[in-house]
Amino acid sequence: MTTEVQAAANTAVFASGVTRTFAGRAVLRGLGISIAPGEFVALLGRSGTGKSTLLRILGGLDPDYGGEVLVPQRRAVVFQEPRLLPWQRVLPNVALGLKPTGPNERGVLRQRSLSALSEVGLASHARAWPVTLSGGEAQRVALARALVREPQLMLLDEPFGALDALTRARMHRLLQDLCARHRPAVLLVTHDVDEAILLADRVLVLTNGVITVDLQVRLDRPRDRGHAEFTALRTRLLEELGAAAE
Amino acid sequence: MTVLGKFAKATLPAAYAPPGDPVAIRLVRPSAAKPRRLGRIRIPRLARRVVGPVLVLIAWQLACTEGVFTSVEVASPIAVIDAARELWSQDVLQTNMLISLQRVAEGLVVGVAAGVALAVLCGLFWVGEDLIDPVIQAARAVPILGLIPLVIIWFGVGEFPKVFLIALGCTFPVYINTYAAIRGVDVKLVEAGQTFGLTRPGLVRQVILPGALPGFLVGLRFALVGCWLVDVVAEEINAQSGLGYLINQAQTTDRTDIMFLCLAIYAILGLVADTIVRTLERYLLVWRRGFQGA
Repeated sequence: MTTEVQAAANTAVFASGVTRTFAGRAVLRGLGISIAPGEFVALLGRSGTGKSTLLRILGGLDPDYGGEVLVPQRRAVVFQEPRLLPWQRVLPNVALGLKPTGPNERGVLRQRSLSALSEVGLASHARAWPVTLSGGEAQRVALARALVREPQLMLLDEPFGALDALTRARMHRLLQDLCARHRPAVLLVTHDVDEAILLADRVLVLTNGVITVDLQVRLDRPRDRGHAEFTALRTRLLEELGAAAE
Repeated sequence: MTVLGKFAKATLPAAYAPPGDPVAIRLVRPSAAKPRRLGRIRIPRLARRVVGPVLVLIAWQLACTEGVFTSVEVASPIAVIDAARELWSQDVLQTNMLISLQRVAEGLVVGVAAGVALAVLCGLFWVGEDLIDPVIQAARAVPILGLIPLVIIWFGVGEFPKVFLIALGCTFPVYINTYAAIRGVDVKLVEAGQTFGLTRPGLVRQVILPGALPGFLVGLRFALVGCWLVDVVAEEINAQSGLGYLINQAQTTDRTDIMFLCLAIYAILGLVADTIVRTLERYLLVWRRGFQGA
C-alpha cells in the first residue's frame, strides 16, 4: 500500500497493463497512462474504442478491470449529460456528497458551493430547479459540482458534446479559466480533435485498446485554430484517427 | 357527388396544376391552439370541479321527491342531512366516525411504513428481492377479506385485528408501486451520486427514495382508498363501533337514510384523502415537469 502511494507521489494518475473485457470482447488491452498533477490531458479515439471505459475505470465506476490503476482520493466526473438530481435545486446539487465535518461546516459548505456556482456564472440560479435550466447552464452546474470538491483529478467524458458551437466555445474558455485557477489534473475524453488541441497540454489517441499516440501540445494560450502548428497537429491527429479506420 | 367534387378540387390543385403556373401554398399556424375568444369568463378551478357532484346531488334529490324511488330504497340528500343532524345530536355520529378514523389512521401508518420498508429492502438488496418479494407476491394474491375469520381466531375481536387487517390492505399497494419505482430510478443519477462520494445510506436518502417518490404516491393513493374498504368490512363483521357497524345496525332497523349517510361520509373522506395526496404531490414533486394534460 505504502509503495503504491510513493509511486503516485508525483503523478495524479498512474495506470499500467489495464485490461477490460466485455462479454469476451477485449476493449482495453494492456493500456498504460500517467498524468502529472495539474496536467491537462485529452484522450482522442474513434467511437467504441474504449475512451469512456477507461474514464469509468479511473472514476471508480467500473471495478471489473485488470492491471494496475492509481488515482487520487479527490476526484470529480463531468458526464456527457449533466446528471443533476431533478428533485433538488441547483445549490444542493452542487453540494451533493459533501459532508459537513463540524458544527459550523454546513454554512461553510454552502458558501463554497455558492462560490463554485458564481465561478461558472450561475450564482443567481442557486434556487432554480434543474428542469428549468438550458443545456449549457445545466452543464455549467455539473462543472461547479465537480469543482466544489477541489478535485485533484477531473474526469470529463465528452462534457460539451451535446452543446451548440457557440455555447461550447464559451465552455472551453470557462474550463481553461477554471483549470488555470484550480490546477487539477484533467483527463478530457473527446472525439473533437480541435477541442483536444485547444485545451490540452498533451493529446493521447486510443486505438485498439492501447495508447498509440502521445503528443505534447506546445502552443501558447489562448490558442489560435489558424496557427500553423495547430493545423499541423490537427492534420497529424486526424491521420492517426483515420489510420485506425483501416 | 357534388360535395366530393368540391373536396377533390380543393385539396389537389398543386399536383394537377400545369407546370410554370405559380401555386399559392396555404400556410397554417403550427400549433393546434384555438384563437382566444374575447370576453371569456375564467371560472376558478375549484368551482369547475364542484359542478359535477352538485348536478348529481340535484338529480338525486329530484328522483326522490318525484317518487322514482321509495324512501326505503333510496334516501334523498335532504333525508341524509336530517339523519346526520339526528345522529350528531345523540353523539352517535361523532364517536363512531372518530373510532373508524382512528383505526384507519393507525392501520395506514403501520401499513404504509411496512410497505416502504419492504420495498426498500427488496429494491436495494438482491437477498431481499430473492427471499422476500416472492412471499409478498404470493401473500398479495390472498383476498384480505377472506382472512377475517382467521384473524378473529388469532387475535379475537378487539382493536388489534381491525388495525392489522387495515395495515395489511395498505402494505401491498405501497409495496408494489414503491418497489417498481425504485427499480425505475435512473442508473445515471445513481452513478453520479457514487462518483461524488455518496455512501450507501446517502444514495438511498438523496437519490433512490426521491426518485421513487412519484411511484410511492401512486401506491399511497391506492392505500388511502383500500384502507376504508377493509375498515368497513371489518367493522360490519365483528365490531360494536365504527361506521361499518353503524351501517350494519341501520340495516336491521331499515334506516336507509343512515346507510346513505355512512356511504356519503366515506365518499367525503375519499375526497379529503385525494386532496391530501394532491397537495402532497404539489409540494413533493415540484421538481417534475410532467405532462399536464392537453
